[in-house]
Amino acid sequence: MEDHTQDLKVIVFQLNNEEYGVPVSRVGSIERMQPITRVPRTASFVKGVMNLRGVVTPIIDLRERFDIGGATYDDRTRIIIVHLEDMEVGLVVDAANDVIDIPGGTIEPPPEVVGTLDADYISGVAKLERRLLILLDLEEVLSDQEMKQLQSIEG
Amino acid sequence: MEMSQYLEVFIEESKEHLQTVNDSLLKLEKNPEDLTIVSEIFRAAHTLKGMSATMNYQDLANLTHKMENVLDLIRNNKIQVDSDLLDIIFDAVDDLEAMVGDIASGGQGERDVQHVVGKLERIEEGEAPAKVQSEQIVSESKEVWTSEISYELTIDEFQRTVLMESAEQGFINYEITVSLTKDCMLKGARVYMVFEVLEQIGEVAQSAPTVDQLEEENFDLQFKVLLLSTHEEEDIQARILKVSEIDSVDIKKVTAEDYVSDQEGVANSASHDHFVDDSNEQSRKKEQAAIAVKEKGAVSKESNNQEASPQKAAQSKTIRVNIDRLDVLMNLFEELVIDRGRLEQISTDLNHSELQETVERMSRISGDLQSIILNMRMVPVEQVFNRFPRMVRQLARDLNKKVNLVVEGAETELDRTVIDEIGDPLVHLIRNSLDHGIETPENRLAKGKPEEGNLKLQAYHSGNHVFIEISDDGGGIDRDKVLNKAINNGLVTNEQASGLSDQQVFDYIMSSGFSTADQISDVSGRGVGLDVVKNTIESLGGSITIDSVPDKGSTFSIQLPLTLSIISVMLVEVQQEKYAVPLSSIIETAIVKKEDIMHAHNKQVIDFRGSVVPLVSLEDVFEVPQEVDKGDYYSIVIIRKGDKMAGLVVDSFIGQQEVVLKSLGNYLQNVFAISGATILGDGQVALIIDSNALIK
Repeated sequence: MEDHTQDLKVIVFQLNNEEYGVPVSRVGSIERMQPITRVPRTASFVKGVMNLRGVVTPIIDLRERFDIGGATYDDRTRIIIVHLEDMEVGLVVDAANDVIDIPGGTIEPPPEVVGTLDADYISGVAKLERRLLILLDLEEVLSDQEMKQLQSIEG
Repeated sequence: MEMSQYLEVFIEESKEHLQTVNDSLLKLEKNPEDLTIVSEIFRAAHTLKGMSATMNYQDLANLTHKMENVLDLIRNNKIQVDSDLLDIIFDAVDDLEAMVGDIASGGQGERDVQHVVGKLERIEEGEAPAKVQSEQIVSESKEVWTSEISYELTIDEFQRTVLMESAEQGFINYEITVSLTKDCMLKGARVYMVFEVLEQIGEVAQSAPTVDQLEEENFDLQFKVLLLSTHEEEDIQARILKVSEIDSVDIKKVTAEDYVSDQEGVANSASHDHFVDDSNEQSRKKEQAAIAVKEKGAVSKESNNQEASPQKAAQSKTIRVNIDRLDVLMNLFEELVIDRGRLEQISTDLNHSELQETVERMSRISGDLQSIILNMRMVPVEQVFNRFPRMVRQLARDLNKKVNLVVEGAETELDRTVIDEIGDPLVHLIRNSLDHGIETPENRLAKGKPEEGNLKLQAYHSGNHVFIEISDDGGGIDRDKVLNKAINNGLVTNEQASGLSDQQVFDYIMSSGFSTADQISDVSGRGVGLDVVKNTIESLGGSITIDSVPDKGSTFSIQLPLTLSIISVMLVEVQQEKYAVPLSSIIETAIVKKEDIMHAHNKQVIDFRGSVVPLVSLEDVFEVPQEVDKGDYYSIVIIRKGDKMAGLVVDSFIGQQEVVLKSLGNYLQNVFAISGATILGDGQVALIIDSNALIK
């Protein structure tokens, strides 16, 4: 991923009272909750597709993706549209409200054990004063393999 | 045969082929070892040869043929590729381009190509290209002579009259070529002096390059003038040679008739420029043989540009538009269709009469726009069909069979992308029918059929599809033979085999490595082809079915979508969710009472017009959350795949609508029974059902 000695601009979002970050360069836009059309026979964390200004965009619920329990959507719920290679996917998060610069030196490699999360999704952890920011590895989050595995399990 | 209708296609395709040759030759120079490039050039040249022979452009065909021979030697490693060799081939290509340009501007494509042909022949006979090429430089200066005539031929009516009159008055017309010495310092001055000398003894009617360019020293070492004079050749020569730094003077007599005969060329000042480019080009080639090829490329481009201007006049009614641009236009229009749907919905909700009128008007206009855009991409299937009569005749002769080809519906139009792809599959199918389908005359007579077999090629519209059928009245397909082969190949077991319908059995002949021909012929029967045909057609969103009756014949029926992006669907509701079912797969809709639903093998079926149709509950298949209880009536959409049917149980029908097919994105691929999505008038996404996946 990005060079760790350089500053990194990230979008900060909340998920289950923890703060996460994705690089600004990967984010297309942040949307409010919109009607989502369910797509049958897909993994449970795939909420469906929505109409993003004329483009049919798949939506993933990050809570369910990380297995930290589904939440009800409210006014603060946001959909972060990220793009990776030729994919464009929306991530449902509890809230997204900040853009910050992380100095390169403060990013540490993912610790062995981080709460309930599988460390695969984490590319690093940034310590900022009293905040702890988990940096997501989008490639892992959106990895094909995971999808296929889940698909085969479900049928 | 009347060829004019093919002329445009011929010109277009020839240019494409020449472009391919040009590009590939450049590539070849970089990778002289790469024989696949040679094959590519060879193919393009071969096609060009065939086309021009068909169109009766003999010079074009001859030159291409010679070029092909040389390419063949390269291909077979008989000679090595080097830049000298490529120069010669490039020369040939330039000539070919000039000929095609001539044809495009209404000429006959005739051209003196002996030099190039000679060179190619000598290479063919084993002479080293370098030697041929170096001699060529000497001969090329002569070529400048001959080709210069064509430049000077651009003299206008007036000048020609002057020539003729002067001849009557006892003047002799001389064409004089003056070469300056290589170290000539003051070319402009020498030119001036030569002109002064000439004007003392006669009248200079024309010069190449033009006087202006000569004065600006905008020429290499040679220039030529057309002189009207009463003096003798030797005298003129002697006078010119008195000017310093003149290398040689070449004089020959010409008459006005020399020019008249070839006067059909284009008369404009551009040709003078061409001359300058050309002569510069040649001088540079002498000095820098190494980079000659690159420059040749540039020259061929220039000549392309020059071809373009006369051509414009000939084809002013069509323009060629890159298909990519049409795709962009189509995409933008799709956005518009979505917004149109939204507007329609809003105006219905608001119930505001003025708004409704406006929206209605807009819908109508955008409907027209849609058909125009779709039509722009439509090409009559004739383009593909036209080449078949000749092919069938030739094939029938090769196979010693008598075949009568009937073509129907050639005016049927199809999307350009589909047209481009459909040619090869059709060729395969026709070859197949001729080879395997139609019997030999003796066999036919023995069976009591007329000696001459019939092959029918038919295209027609039906709904949102175009059908192309190839039917013959030949021997038909032997069901048992196909089945045995399928069992031998492990495609099907003995038990399964008995339950298969004829069509299912015939489908096997389109699986790879499958041929029922006992003997492999040149035409078909190697077991490749039909599977490719099937794949190609399916990749276009179409399907192919086979019908066959022993001794009556077979019919291959291809179903193709009219367009690939806007489709008509039936919107249905399942609980709270909306789905779109493509109209093309719907037979009809029905509402049945709960009591009328029967059970067979634990499956729900209905009696639909005498046949038993299994029901598929979309609610179950799509795991739709249950919210509303079903009433006593079932709404059913009857869909079909080939001759199989199924009834989709839904909650209600919303209606028919034109929608834009969109993909679900790269993240969600291969979702079961969903072929895509569309955006509805209210901005929401509805999924499009792939009904083929729901019928097993």
